[in-house]
Amino acid sequence: MAPLPPSTAPRPAPRSWWRRNQIAITPWLFLAPGILFFAIYVLIPVGQSFNISLYDWDGLGAAEYVGLRNYEEMYWDDAFYTSLRNNVIWLVLYLLAIPAGLAIALFLNQTVTGIRIYKSLFFFPFVISQVVVGLVFSWFYDPSFGLLNVMLGWVGLGPVNVLGDEDWVTYGIIAAGLWPQTAYCMILYLTGLNAVDPEQIEAGRLDNAKGLRMLWHIILPQLRPATFIAFVVTIIGALRSFDLISIMTQGGPFGESRVLSFYMFEVALSEYGFRMGYGAAIAVVLFLIMLCFITYFLWSMYREEKGR
Amino acid sequence: MTIKHSAALAALAVTTALGTGALAESHEMALSGELKIFSDMSNPAPRAVMEGMVERFGEMHPDLEIELTIIDREAYKTQIRNFLTANPPDVANWYAGNRMAPYVDAGLFEDVSDLWEGELSETLASTKGAMTLDGKQWGVPYTYYQWGIYYREDIYAEHGLEEPQDWEQLKSNCQTLLDNGIKCFTIGTKFLWTAAGWFDYLNMRTNGYDFHMALTAGEVEWTDDRVKQTFANWRELIDMGAFIDDHTAYSWQEALPFMVNGEAAAYLMGNFAVAPLREAGLSDEQLAYAQFPAINPDVELAEDAPTDTFHIPAGAENKEAARAFLKFVTSAENQTTINAGDALGQLPVNSQSSVDDDEFLKEGFETLSSNSPGGVAQFFDRDAPAEMAKVAMEGFQEFMVKPDNIDRILDKLERARQRIY
Repeated sequence: MAPLPPSTAPRPAPRSWWRRNQIAITPWLFLAPGILFFAIYVLIPVGQSFNISLYDWDGLGAAEYVGLRNYEEMYWDDAFYTSLRNNVIWLVLYLLAIPAGLAIALFLNQTVTGIRIYKSLFFFPFVISQVVVGLVFSWFYDPSFGLLNVMLGWVGLGPVNVLGDEDWVTYGIIAAGLWPQTAYCMILYLTGLNAVDPEQIEAGRLDNAKGLRMLWHIILPQLRPATFIAFVVTIIGALRSFDLISIMTQGGPFGESRVLSFYMFEVALSEYGFRMGYGAAIAVVLFLIMLCFITYFLWSMYREEKGR
Repeated sequence: MTIKHSAALAALAVTTALGTGALAESHEMALSGELKIFSDMSNPAPRAVMEGMVERFGEMHPDLEIELTIIDREAYKTQIRNFLTANPPDVANWYAGNRMAPYVDAGLFEDVSDLWEGELSETLASTKGAMTLDGKQWGVPYTYYQWGIYYREDIYAEHGLEEPQDWEQLKSNCQTLLDNGIKCFTIGTKFLWTAAGWFDYLNMRTNGYDFHMALTAGEVEWTDDRVKQTFANWRELIDMGAFIDDHTAYSWQEALPFMVNGEAAAYLMGNFAVAPLREAGLSDEQLAYAQFPAINPDVELAEDAPTDTFHIPAGAENKEAARAFLKFVTSAENQTTINAGDALGQLPVNSQSSVDDDEFLKEGFETLSSNSPGGVAQFFDRDAPAEMAKVAMEGFQEFMVKPDNIDRILDKLERARQRIY
């Protein structure tokens, strides 16, 4: 190899600022649009909501600063506790969609002629609009011509006015909500079941596992990602339960089926509302409840990433 | 949806056919420019009425470019807040009574007391009070309708009953009907306001118009004994089983079939219930109107008659044309036309107008103009502030289902009253 000729080229110019920091900056540049819109549509409104919740404002005139009085009023407000109680009932009972979805998914996870048609039929309720679900169920529950009462009549049970009875109404609406939500969980589990490792099942069989033991020890652990997603979407779905209530009962009878999101809407934006400050205060409480779950989700995702 | 009426086209139309005082008067002013009207008259019949009014007004003022925007009636109730502040038209629909208070207080409606000076105060006297806040008038009425008991004449005749003249007769009629397996009254309280109609009448008949107005204005405690008496009267009917079962599950329309099928004999409702009842097959021989009978003979009869109105937003640009339009709307001739049976099918407010030849309109007009000495109320949710109305109407609904909770309900309403007013 010939010796290198003495370098005649000029010393390279000092690297530009951009070149020196490129690696550090690039991820932020890619993130910038996301951060920008997240800030505009999520973070800033959260701050604004909190700010409005400190005022008494009807949306038209001047806003009057009242400090924490909206929260104090909420503390004495029966309707708020009714809504909060219903929110808890929603959160607990809505989770039934997960085992129900799993059961249907296991049932449908077989190779029979036409299974795709059955799968799509079971998925159908998730495709139709919540408004339609609400209407269908309010007719189903109708005390004068609804199917439910006809069916109860067959077994000799008296007519029930599900949506007009303050003890039944929330459960009636949740049952309507479970119909599409179960379908959603089912589809999540069906995709999850596709990814179950046949070799592990084989190994389980050799060790004489079957039935529930097989499900619990072999299948379910492999379905963990699907369960996690199903849990997330169901919790969010329960907290967002607004459209069904609005369609089926408007929060009635006498406010017994309200949840926080509906109460917030009613107070701040409906025909008889326009108390922006109080509505915002309810929104803040709802946000804090959601924050508990969001923190949990983020934390468990973070732990999972780290574990890898 | 926007409909533009070209002034040129309107000018081509024949204008001489309508020669009346009101017309001649408004011809004196040459109006020009653009007149933007936002209206909530979105149902088919009201829509045609609104479009007809704009057309006739356009013919009178060929140089005026009128832009009419019709907004869905329910959506309008929330949109009005936005457009009054951001993009005000020159004329807008709304309702009389306390319903206009938020906009008047926020300075968004124009004071139109000048229009009311002189003649209008006489011809529109019946609603002047409802249009007045702080001693000034903030708009003009174009229509109202009576409330009352609409009952099945044939069912009453079958059981030998007559139109109730007093509270005792109303109850004895009811008992006869119940003995024959017929509910006295149909009602659907899902959307709450129907129960408020009952409260309005029971309270006005028990304690009178002035007390009712004081109560809705927040001057009387809800735990007052007089209020309790109203609820006690109401309870008599509830304990009899006078109302249909499961009414919390029905809207007012869903409660109609009970009356059409003969399962219930009467309905306390506004006159707008007549049209669907007729469409459902009830003839005028089967259907009749009765004024709500007296309960306490010492108080004068008073009625509910919700009034729909036109206003000029404070931010309007063509206020001169807007005033001319309001004047045109209130003219006797126009009110006769727009309230006819084939148009709105309601009552004209102008006392010089004639009422269409319709059994229910005639009886309603009679009731309101000569049989309501106590006064004319708007309706609970228009007389009381929106927030109080909401809480109270929920209380009424709860009371109709669980009359035993009355003390708890009244305590709740009283707490709400102290907070709201």
